[in-house]
Amino acid sequence: MTETLPDAAVPNPLDEAAITAAVDQAVAAIAAAATLDELKAVRLAHTGEKSALSLANREIGALPKDQKAAAGKLMGASRGRVNKALADRTVALEAENDARILVEETVDVTAAPRRRTAGARHPLSTLQDRVADIFVGMGWEIAEGPEVESEWFNFDALNFKPDHPARDMQDTFFVEPPEAHLLMRTHTSPVQVRSMLERELPIYVLCPGKVFRTDELDATHTPVFHQFEGLAIDKNLSMADLRGTLEHFARQMFGAEAQIRLRPNYFPFTEPSAELDIWHPGAKGGPSWIEWGGCGMVNANVLRAAGIDPDIYSGFAFGMGIERTLMFRNEVGDMRDMIEGDVRFSEHFGMEI
Amino acid sequence: MRIPLSWLREFAQVPAEASAEDVMAELVKVGFEEEAVHRPTDTLRGPIVVGQVLSIVKEPQTNGKTINWCQVRVVPEGREQTLTGEGIDPSGVQGIICGAHNFVEGDKVVVTLPGAVLPGDFHISARKTYGHLSAGMIASVRELGIGEDHDGILVLSRIGLDPELGTDAMELLGLYDQAAEINVTPDRGYAFSIRGAAREYAHATGTVFTDPVSKVQVPQSLSGGYGVKLNDDAPIYGKPGCDRFVARTVRGVDATRPTPLWMTSRLRLAGIRSISLPVDISNYVMLELGQPNHCYDLDKLAGDIVVRRATAGEKITTLDDKERTLDVEDLLITDESGPIGIAGVMGGAHTEVSDTTTNVLVEAAHFDEVSIARARRRHKLPSEASKRFERGVDWQVADVAAQRVVDLLVELAGGTADEAGTDVGTAPDAVTIELPAEYAAARIGIDFTEEQILSSLEDLGAVVARTGNGYTVTAPSWRQDLETQDDLTEEIARLIGYDKIPATLPVAPPGRGLTRVQQQRRRLIQALADAGLTEVLAYPFVSKSANDTFGVPAEGAERKALKLANPISEEHGFLRTSVLPGLIEVAKRNHSRGFRDLALFEAGLVFLPGEKLGTSAIPPLGVKPGDDVLDALYDGVPDQPLHLGAVLTGHDSPAAPGHAPRAWDWADAVDIARIAGDVLGVELLVTQGRHQAFHPGRAAQLELRTGEVVGFAGELHPKLLAAHDMPARSVALELNADALFEAAADVIVARHISTYPVATQDVALVVAQDVPAGEVLAALREGAGELLEDVALFDVYAGKGIEAGKKSLAFSLRFRADDRTLTADEASEAREGAVAAAHERFGAVQR
Repeated sequence: MTETLPDAAVPNPLDEAAITAAVDQAVAAIAAAATLDELKAVRLAHTGEKSALSLANREIGALPKDQKAAAGKLMGASRGRVNKALADRTVALEAENDARILVEETVDVTAAPRRRTAGARHPLSTLQDRVADIFVGMGWEIAEGPEVESEWFNFDALNFKPDHPARDMQDTFFVEPPEAHLLMRTHTSPVQVRSMLERELPIYVLCPGKVFRTDELDATHTPVFHQFEGLAIDKNLSMADLRGTLEHFARQMFGAEAQIRLRPNYFPFTEPSAELDIWHPGAKGGPSWIEWGGCGMVNANVLRAAGIDPDIYSGFAFGMGIERTLMFRNEVGDMRDMIEGDVRFSEHFGMEI
Repeated sequence: MRIPLSWLREFAQVPAEASAEDVMAELVKVGFEEEAVHRPTDTLRGPIVVGQVLSIVKEPQTNGKTINWCQVRVVPEGREQTLTGEGIDPSGVQGIICGAHNFVEGDKVVVTLPGAVLPGDFHISARKTYGHLSAGMIASVRELGIGEDHDGILVLSRIGLDPELGTDAMELLGLYDQAAEINVTPDRGYAFSIRGAAREYAHATGTVFTDPVSKVQVPQSLSGGYGVKLNDDAPIYGKPGCDRFVARTVRGVDATRPTPLWMTSRLRLAGIRSISLPVDISNYVMLELGQPNHCYDLDKLAGDIVVRRATAGEKITTLDDKERTLDVEDLLITDESGPIGIAGVMGGAHTEVSDTTTNVLVEAAHFDEVSIARARRRHKLPSEASKRFERGVDWQVADVAAQRVVDLLVELAGGTADEAGTDVGTAPDAVTIELPAEYAAARIGIDFTEEQILSSLEDLGAVVARTGNGYTVTAPSWRQDLETQDDLTEEIARLIGYDKIPATLPVAPPGRGLTRVQQQRRRLIQALADAGLTEVLAYPFVSKSANDTFGVPAEGAERKALKLANPISEEHGFLRTSVLPGLIEVAKRNHSRGFRDLALFEAGLVFLPGEKLGTSAIPPLGVKPGDDVLDALYDGVPDQPLHLGAVLTGHDSPAAPGHAPRAWDWADAVDIARIAGDVLGVELLVTQGRHQAFHPGRAAQLELRTGEVVGFAGELHPKLLAAHDMPARSVALELNADALFEAAADVIVARHISTYPVATQDVALVVAQDVPAGEVLAALREGAGELLEDVALFDVYAGKGIEAGKKSLAFSLRFRADDRTLTADEASEAREGAVAAAHERFGAVQR
């Protein structure tokens, strides 16, 4: 709305009533302006060169000297009122305008596109890191070794007699030619042997990694899987130390309520040997003990193979499967889910475990 | 090992109400794992009773079959039927349709009455069939789940039975018995017997054990029996293959007599099929005492028995009717005709007992573990006998077992035992172990009392003598596994109970945390995941062609790779030299499951055999090899660097309103490789590369500053993608991560950060079309001198205004000095220097 006032008679700058009427008219018009554009038109009409107030102001110059002061005072105050009304209205309208623009810019945030996709770690890989972190926190170090190994490191150094049925129990992938005595490690224990040969005593190491057995892939078996094995060699270590270490670890892994159980078992590389079970309150079919791994006191022959005197040092070792841990800790029902690389499996876990 | 509870009860006090589960739960405590429960009543339910066929009416059917309409009495004549239920006739006579024809009127049979359930959830009820109401079934052994024979129904007289009518046939057939199956660890051969299992059950429960050996009356000595010679001229590890051979003869045996039901039902529960009375007796005694033994048809033997190694080319036809060529290391039982058995593994076909056998020679021998293990492996003949011999059999039990077989042949087969017998060989030295008093306590962390130590070891069967500072322990003859102080320690802990072991937490010395390489690897893997890729873990088994394609850049070159001797599949018989084949497999699998946009990566070892491969000899166990030998072992293990690979296909993100996804392309592969370098602080130089797995014009070769090639990145070759059913334009990269780790600086030296103003100058250079932008950029960098802070390519243009065959490269150069504000002239001068270098090297001209 652009309101133009009809050419009114120029009010006398001494005529207070007329000037006040003009001011009131201007203030009313300013208040009525609904947009900044309307306000601009109002300003022109009421304060522009041809507005009543401007024209009246111009009349002051023609007044006798003794009246100029009074007229000046009246006109000054009147124009001040109008300017203030203008300024106030401008601020108000600008604020309104800004708010309206923001409202108009509203988007549907629920329709936001995914421009970047977060990737994912494989849960076996993150779980392996987590296990390592727990032991590093206990002052242990992480030891690693090759996946294709010499038969000596995998078997003989670990006190597997050449013709003993225990060798057959670990269905081994052999590498050609047989004369080279190379195989795919069946456990990460060869890393323990390497650690004993290469490190200063005492030794506290965790050996995580991939291991291989000639099992066909099914819901509970895979020819390639992951283990972590621990080895401690020190003076005066006992099975009580083994149990304490395993209990501590189990509680870090599964919570303060975690319980473990040791059962006698046989491994060539430990004597005494034990099977390690963990209490699984949430097991399908009711709470039960779940087989978690094997452990025991390092066999004296293993120490001797690494040049460690079993009369001075003793040690304990343990080993658990990472797949198995993931299966009951995170309720993975089928081994194949961990193997096939289906992106849904890893992405569900994200970066944490 | 399956343990029928009725058998176990003969030698250990098992509570009457105990189930197989209860027995297993006890055995778990002393170190046997639970395997399974075998209990016929889990799938079989009565009423199943003895009946007598009163009449048979043969009724031919239109389909050509003839069925029998039978009246069967199921309670004794004159007595009332006490069973009730729908379909059970109060008269005690059931009308039953039967399709079998192997019985006649008067035969006693097993009748499954209405209400019974047979294996396979087969419910018996009275039902209309062939025009009659058939109220029950006359059962075969197969239907009862106790045998394979389906030639007809079970006629009780043929297995020597004449029970009263109405007798509970399940009781009669031993079907209320059950067996606990446990897993026996390889050190405990003795537990492959009821004798061993009962002893262990007694250990676990603290109840009384009666040694089955004590129930057999064995003559003080044997002599004058069948001639046996032990002639091992090639012992393995110095141990003779056979160190005891007991032979006994039983004459006038009727081999056709049925095996008594108590024996067949125990054998069946133990997992052994009934074959004939002599064979069943032999197996029964093996299960009971753990001593494998063999029955020969005495009349088929020719001259003395000689136990010896095979000669080259010698052959034998074994019990399974297979002819086997023998190895000179095989230990044989022979007579004058040649081999009559592979010792401890399998007997020969020619001398086996048959229905016509009347005179039997019983063998119970003791063989060396290694000799048997090797023969078993060589001939792939795992048998019940070899399983026990490999793990060790009690030397002392051989004559007892032979006697037990003889006794049973006399009792059940009507034979007469010869007084004379043979027992040759030499007992091994008993093993004695000095156990210091405190040894077990220190190892276990329990302060065992002297009483605990003594009673544990004596319960095992060991003889213990107290010495000044401990004990002298003589291991029992059935525990060859007990050789060291630690073995005894385990036994003490096991019998006291592992649950008594306390928990103490040892404190490791201060550690160093993760090594640098371990941290780098984590950083790298995390960076790729953070960059939006998904980690996968593929198998390392690949085909030869996959290695030849991905493992080596030049086409036609063969990739040296490790081959598995026994792969899961021949097709994937090699170990990977590149991680890409596995990634492509995983990508394909995801693609086939409907995932079109994929960014996958793997960090895994590849296997790169060098000149040396393994070692021809393996040092013995229990001794540290010399340094030379150790070095050779280390050197023989092939290189296995960690490779990082990625495969990307489809788009970088899902389509959405206002968002157009971008297709992954070759530059993403290069970019991800650079991220890998960036996070490790390693600069990767990109040059135009050639690799047969990649598009010939879209492959980047990635190098270190040293010039070492550490990988490739780019678009996969279109033909390769087509051959693998992969979407066109899929991209990939592979880096030797170990090389990156090594190239990373140990300590990064901080740079001075200048706060003086920057002077930016752009320059457009015209060069020949085939000049790589990266090299021009390198020239600019060198030519600009040290005032250059950074240079970047921001545009490539060819076309109007540019001569054909040329292109214009636009670079932005940023200059800054450490100590002053640069003047325009200084910046221009540096720029000119840069341009001059590009000009000199590539004829670049400013546009």
